[in-house]
This record gives sequence, C-alpha cells and structure tokens, in this order.
Amino acid sequence: MNDQTPTSIERAEKLQGMGCKRKRVEDVRFVQGRGNYVDDLKLPGMLYGDFTRSPHAHARIKNIDTSKATALPGVIAVLTAETLKTVNLAWMPTLAGDVQMVLADGKVLFQNQEVAFVIAEDRYVAADAAELVEVEYEPLPVVIDPMKAMSPGAPVVREDIKDKPTGAHGKRKHYNHIFSWQAGDKAASDAAFEKADVTIKELIVYPRCHPCPLETCQCVASFDKTKGELTLWGTFQAPHVIRTVGSLISKIPEHKIHVIAPDIGGGFGNKVGAYSGYICAIVASIVTGRPVKWVEDRIENLSTTAFARDFHMMTEIAATKDGKVTGLRCYTIADHGAFDACANATKWPAGLFSIITGSYDFPAAHVLVDGVYTNKAPGGVAYRCSFRVTEAAYCIERAMDIMAQKLKMDPAEFRMKNLIRREQFPYKSVMGWEYDSGDYHTAMQKAMESVNYKKLREEQKAKQEAFKRGETRELMGIGVAFFTEIVGAGPSRACDILGIAMFDSAEIRIHPTGTGICRLGTKSQGQGHETTYAQIIATELGLPADNIVVEEGNTDTAPYGLGTYGSRSTPVSGAATAMACRKIKAKAQMIAAYQLEVHDDDLEWDVDRFRVKGNPERFKTMTELAWAAYNNVPPGMEPGLEAVNYYDPPNFTFPFGAYICVVDVDVDTGSTKIRRFYALDDCGTRINPMIIEGQIHGGLTEAFGIAMGQEIRYDEAGNVMTASLMDYFLPTAVETPKWEVDFTTTPSPHHPIGAKGVGESPNVGGVPCFSNAVNDAFAFLGSTHIQMPHDQWRTWAAADKLGLHA
Amino acid sequence: MPKFQVSLKVNGKAIEALVEPRMLLIHFLREQLNLTGPHIGCDTSHCGACTVDLNGKSVKSCTVFAVQANGAEVMTIEGVAAADGTLHALQEGFREMHGLQCGFCTPGMITRAYRLLQENPNPTEEEIRFGIAGNLCRCTGYQNIVKAIQYAAAKLAGVPFQEAAE
Repeated sequence: MNDQTPTSIERAEKLQGMGCKRKRVEDVRFVQGRGNYVDDLKLPGMLYGDFTRSPHAHARIKNIDTSKATALPGVIAVLTAETLKTVNLAWMPTLAGDVQMVLADGKVLFQNQEVAFVIAEDRYVAADAAELVEVEYEPLPVVIDPMKAMSPGAPVVREDIKDKPTGAHGKRKHYNHIFSWQAGDKAASDAAFEKADVTIKELIVYPRCHPCPLETCQCVASFDKTKGELTLWGTFQAPHVIRTVGSLISKIPEHKIHVIAPDIGGGFGNKVGAYSGYICAIVASIVTGRPVKWVEDRIENLSTTAFARDFHMMTEIAATKDGKVTGLRCYTIADHGAFDACANATKWPAGLFSIITGSYDFPAAHVLVDGVYTNKAPGGVAYRCSFRVTEAAYCIERAMDIMAQKLKMDPAEFRMKNLIRREQFPYKSVMGWEYDSGDYHTAMQKAMESVNYKKLREEQKAKQEAFKRGETRELMGIGVAFFTEIVGAGPSRACDILGIAMFDSAEIRIHPTGTGICRLGTKSQGQGHETTYAQIIATELGLPADNIVVEEGNTDTAPYGLGTYGSRSTPVSGAATAMACRKIKAKAQMIAAYQLEVHDDDLEWDVDRFRVKGNPERFKTMTELAWAAYNNVPPGMEPGLEAVNYYDPPNFTFPFGAYICVVDVDVDTGSTKIRRFYALDDCGTRINPMIIEGQIHGGLTEAFGIAMGQEIRYDEAGNVMTASLMDYFLPTAVETPKWEVDFTTTPSPHHPIGAKGVGESPNVGGVPCFSNAVNDAFAFLGSTHIQMPHDQWRTWAAADKLGLHA
Repeated sequence: MPKFQVSLKVNGKAIEALVEPRMLLIHFLREQLNLTGPHIGCDTSHCGACTVDLNGKSVKSCTVFAVQANGAEVMTIEGVAAADGTLHALQEGFREMHGLQCGFCTPGMITRAYRLLQENPNPTEEEIRFGIAGNLCRCTGYQNIVKAIQYAAAKLAGVPFQEAAE
C-alpha cells in the first residue's frame, strides 16, 4: 500500500455513517420554505371542508337545519350524521376497541364535537356556511371530574352502550366505566405494606395536556370514481394503519386506497389516530367527485383531536426504615373523555403503565387502572412518550421523592440505594418486563458529579437558613429524576394494533452505480429519518450516506409498517434497516468471492469492501459489487441487489437517564426560574449525536411546558378553558431554560446495532425532574406534594397554603 | 363578494391581483401566489409560523389583510436566498447548527431572524431570545436556533463564529 491509499479510518469517515454528526438532508428544502406539507397541496377543482361544532359539552340534538348553509353561494353540500348513515359511516371504530361518532348522532358528548361538515368552493365560504348550520340543542347535565364519573346517578355519557356489561377489555362496573386493567401481584404487595416500617400515600395527578404540534391535523381526500380508488394525503404518523383502518371502515378495498403522508410539521402523538375530519373529507370527495381538503385550526386541534394524560394516580410506597423500597401500589382513574380513542397497543388499555416500578428494584408491586368516560374530548395519546410511560415515570419519580422526604434521606442517595444494579441485567421486573441493559449507578454518579450535587445541597441549606431568618424571600429547589423508559413497540407476542403485529420494515434497493433507495414503514415528523437511516446503511454497507435516499410515507411504495411514535423508529425500523443491509451484504460477499475467485469464507469485511484475508490488496468495494450484481453474478444467482426486512423485535428497549434541575422560587410572586438543567441520557448506540442532542433539547422544552404551565382545563359546565395559544402554554425562547446534555452508552444487547431510541426520553424524565425541583423547594417547610402544572398561580398558592404570606 | 385590486412587490417581483377585502395576507401568499413557505400554525398571531417581512418590519401575515399590503414590499422565506440560489447566512446557519427539526416554524423563524439582524447586526443571546419570542418552535427548544442566528451574525460580519461554551 502506498501513502495515498486512504486508511480504513479515513474511508469510514467519508461514509458519514453511525456516530457522526451528519448535517441533515431534510434541511436543504426546509430552510428555503420548500417543504411539502399537506396544506401546501393544491389539486384542480379542490373543495374545502369545515365543521359546525357543538357549543355544549352534553346536549341532545333536537334538530339540524342545513338549508341556510346549503343555500349560500359556493356551498356544495353539508354532511350530518344522517347523511353518513346512508354509507354506514356515522360511527367509526377506535384503535382502542371502542366506537366513536364521526358526526354527532342524536346528542353531543363534549364541547366542540363535530356536528356537521360543510363542503364549499373555498375555505372562507366553508367557514361562513358552518356558522349558518342551525342546530337546536337540549342541554343535559355533564360529568367532567373523572373521580365522580362512576358515582351513582352520574350523567350517562354513552347511551349507546349504557347497558352493556362488558367492553373491549372485559367487565364494566358502571355505565361510565370503560375498563379495569391490572398488573403485578396484589397479595404480595399488600403483604409488603403490612410489614413495612414506613409508607407514603399521595394522589398524584398528571393533568390533561395536548401535544400541540405547530402544524395541526389535516388531509386532502381525492376519490376517483372511474377507478374506484381513493388517494388520501394527510398528517399521518402511521400511514399504513390509516390505510388498513380506512379500508375496514369505508369498505374500499385496501389496494385501492393510496395513503400519502408528506412532510409533517411535528406530531408528538397527535397524528396517530383517525379523526372525524379524515372520514368526512373522504365521504365528501366520494359524494362530490372532487378532491376535498380539511385543515384543522388551532382551537379545533387543542379541543378535539387527541389530548394526552389525564391520569389520577393514588400512589403508595412501602420501605424499610433504612431506605430500601419493599412495595408499590397504585390505583389510577384514567379519564378517556367521551369515547375510548386512546392510541395504545390494542391489548394494553393502560399502555405500558406497568413500567411504574421505574429504575428501582421493587420486590412487590401492583397497579390497577379504571378507565372512565366523561364529557370531554376523546384521546389519551402518547404525547412524546411510549404508551402511558410518562405517566408512570412521573408517578414513581414523584413518589420516590415523597418517600425520601419521609425517611429524611437525600432524594439522590435514596435513589442510589434502590436503583437496579448493573449485574442484575437483564433484569426481570415484578411487573414481568425484562429490562435489556443498564448501568444506572454510573449514570447517576456522573450526573451528580457533573453538577456538583453536594455543593448545590449546601447552597440550598444556607438559603433555607437565610429564608428562616427573613433575609431572603427566595427558595431554591433541586430536582432529581432517574427514569427508565420502555420503547420500541413492539414484540408481536405483546403488541398489536387491531390485530396487526407491531413489527416494522425496511426495503433497500442498491442501484448499479452503488447508490440506492431505502423505504420504510415509519414516518418522520421532524426526527430526521432521511439523515439517520442512511447513516445506518452507510456503516452496514460501506456506501456513502449521501448515496442513499430515504423515503417514507407513501403506502404504495413503502413496505408495511406501524409508523412513528413511542420512540419505535430506531428500535424497530432501525433494526429492520440493519437486517436488510445484512441480507444485501451476504449476497455481495458471494459476488465478491466469485469475482476474486476465492471461497466466501476467505473474505473479510473492511469498511466499504470485501478483501481477501491476508491479502488486503485484493478486494472488491461495495460500489464495484453493486455494478457486478447487475451484470456478472455467479451462475444460478438472481441478478440485482436488494432486500426487505420485516423486523419483529424480540423485546422492547429500555433507554434511561439521570436528570438534575435547579430552580429558584420567589414565594411572594410564585414566579420560578430554572437556573440549571442537566440531562444525562443513555439511548444505547448513538447514530447521530447532533440529532440526539437536538431531540433532547426539544423534549426537555416540551417537558418544561408540561410541568410548568400546560393544562387542558374545563370548567364545571364542560367548557374548555384553554383552547387557544392565548391560554395554552407553549414555551417561547425567552422562558425556555438553557440545556446541558450529557450521555453514557449502554447498547441494547438484542438490537442489531444496539440502539434504543431517544426522542421521548427527555419528556419522560424531564417532567418529574421539573416537578421534583419545585416540590423540593417547599419540602423543608413540610409540603409533600404540589400538583402540576407549576405555573405562577399554583406556586404562589402553594406558598400561601404554607403560611408564607402571613 | 366584491374584489379589490392590489399592487405590491413580493420578493422583488411586481404583483397585481384581485382579492376579497377579507382575505388574509397569508392566504393570499400561499394560495394565490403559491408561496407556501410561510405556514399557518395558530390563527391567533401567537406562533409566528406565518411571519413575513412587510415594508421592513416583521409581521404575522395571518393578522394582516391582503389589501393592507397594497403598495407594500413583502418578503417571504422564498426571497431570503440570493437570486442565484446561494443560501443566506441564516439558512446556512440553521442547517449547520441544527436549528430545525420538523421545519414547520423554520420559514417564519428565519424571516424573523433576517429582520432582527437588520435591526441589530450583533445581538447578544438575550436579545436574540427576546427578538424571536413571537415565533414558537415545538421541536428544537430554541438553543440551536439561537446558535444558528449567532452563526449568521458572525458570517454576515465576516468574523469567525465561536460557539459559546455550555
């Protein structure tokens, strides 16, 4: 080899494979305003749909008069439940096994529910006509508080199933009851509590909030009567699921439905489900024979499509007096709104909530969740988390702090004492999960050292003394959180959506010149898939990432997949990508052996080529082998170089992290200032550190929003009080803290490249960390738990309750 | 509904058009002129996804009628790059510093940052954060957007960009 020959390291760097901070491919179009989002689409003859919505939270519909609306010039048609009944579409199935009204049928069950769908020549006329639809209502009593939903005599939310003794998940105990779901060992937990030295019990509420991506939900439906085919463009996190569900609902054969998800302006769980707007746009296109666009406005988004959380968790922990946890019990009321349209794996009505034992070695635990109907919007989606995982993480992390306080132990020390130890992995939790890998103590130690935890506690102590002496009106809180997620849904034995196993897929086709295309069943909404999947391929196949185009979202061309949510893209489709690469590589190896006239086993892989063992001058690069695959393959071998893999993961992956937050609280105004936030994440193998850090910044900012101000709030009459960005808190650049990010790397042993998924960790770990920090500020005054969100009013009220304003 | 004639310059190009008096500038740009770079995120002028430059000021085009832009000069994200297609320092900075993810807020954010740097070519971090407070981003947490704007400010000033230590 001469000096000009690039070394393996130099060649590897040129590929821009895994581990490199590759600049994003997507950005070139986005920074020029050349993205292609649903509302950018303009088809010839396109009509616009808009909804007439209910002003009441619960009311009987006496009459709907559409005559004035229909008479308005430019209006083509008005759909109501009666119209939809003619095509059997007044109701639709939900992903959770319930049914849901597409348009109000006989009564409305929540404020802003869809009552009529107006189709007009332009969006202004559609909005005018929606106002002209005259609906006569007879208001009914409402049930808004989920804790009262199952009281005797509570208003009946769902008359259609009032007398049904069972639902999709078994027995119902009240007409407003949806399901009971439990996990763990009740007897063992009860026994642990009987023997316990110390116990705590607290109602921990995770309020209703909303993912609120900057782009709302929207679609364009275009039905071709001649071919009997439907094309549906939309903001879909799971395009194939929409196609299958669309076919089952509409009876249009699945091969005649073309679902296309173009660029998506953020999803965060909001864009997983099927909404009335999609169904109405489809029906409208069939009825009118023209394409129909439906674009939700922000008020419609916040008040009708896919809320998250609303978990009311009565939580208990038992421990020995020296601080070892011995048991956990949690009874949860889950408010699902008027229909169970929760986006979970079908067999898991409370998602993966049984991850509630978190990062700790609990010998016994039991959870019971009762889902209830109320007169609120349906949903229950995983807002930037795996199914109900952030609820579980918030619950355990808050409860651990409350127990530490009771034991008079430092919250970090108490966690260290109970974290699952490195040698216990793979760790089988009492809830039945097998945690794949972890090194929790190292992560926690690194976090504490990085922020100089000991010194922070000393400073806090000094401030508390000064506060008691009346020298300052400011309190300092230190929040600690150690979270374990369960993501990458999921193994087919455990997870399905409406019977479809939650595998995912990748199909890679290498062209003769050594470039290629990779198509996947997932769908990016900002995660940077076009960049990162190509990096996996670059490392696996030794072709430059720039030579691979990544395509998602077109159900005609992409292999079947379950979509992107629950941090499942890397754990599932990332694995599929690696596995498809390995099939291609195996074929390339045979071609190389044939060309080099050696046995397959005499070859070894070196970055971008197969070379003869002991004779590195004799090699064939992957680019050369791609060419050969199309003109000179061994006798009997099929030409071409492509592969598809449907990956059914053997297990979930379990990313984890240690977060520490420092907050300063002004007790007189209730204002809070996040002084510092340190986040250490372990997501296994890191594909693109730049993108990982970006996702952590973003997830922490969403967590900050949730913990410090977000709530979808209803008044007693069921009016939604926070339905625009005037009232619903989204952090701006001014109040958003600066983030310090760090990492450890503990690869997943069962994933082909060891990656675990990361996008949601900061939301899961961030929310309890902020909340623990605010709670910690007041803990030395005897306060045990202040409910989220920690906005200025609630924080002031907490101080007031403690007598600090006397 | 009667229509009004408007004459304006959009991204340097003279435009004559008929619009309904109630038509919003954002709809005029997106639907009549096919400039789909600026987006609609909230309808209540909170999110800033629709930000464009109007007579040298950042405006939220969902809160301006098209007729109000009569005689005005408007610049959208489509007019930020040079005529030969060379990206503006801000566009480059957003990519270099990973200042975007889903890309939906990006056109408004860059258009706003463009005006900010015209007003204050060498802003502090605090001034940048205050200067983009009318533009919401749900993906990035703003930290890298701040860096992207600092990168552009340095490039436009012809000085090397120094990333602040974290």
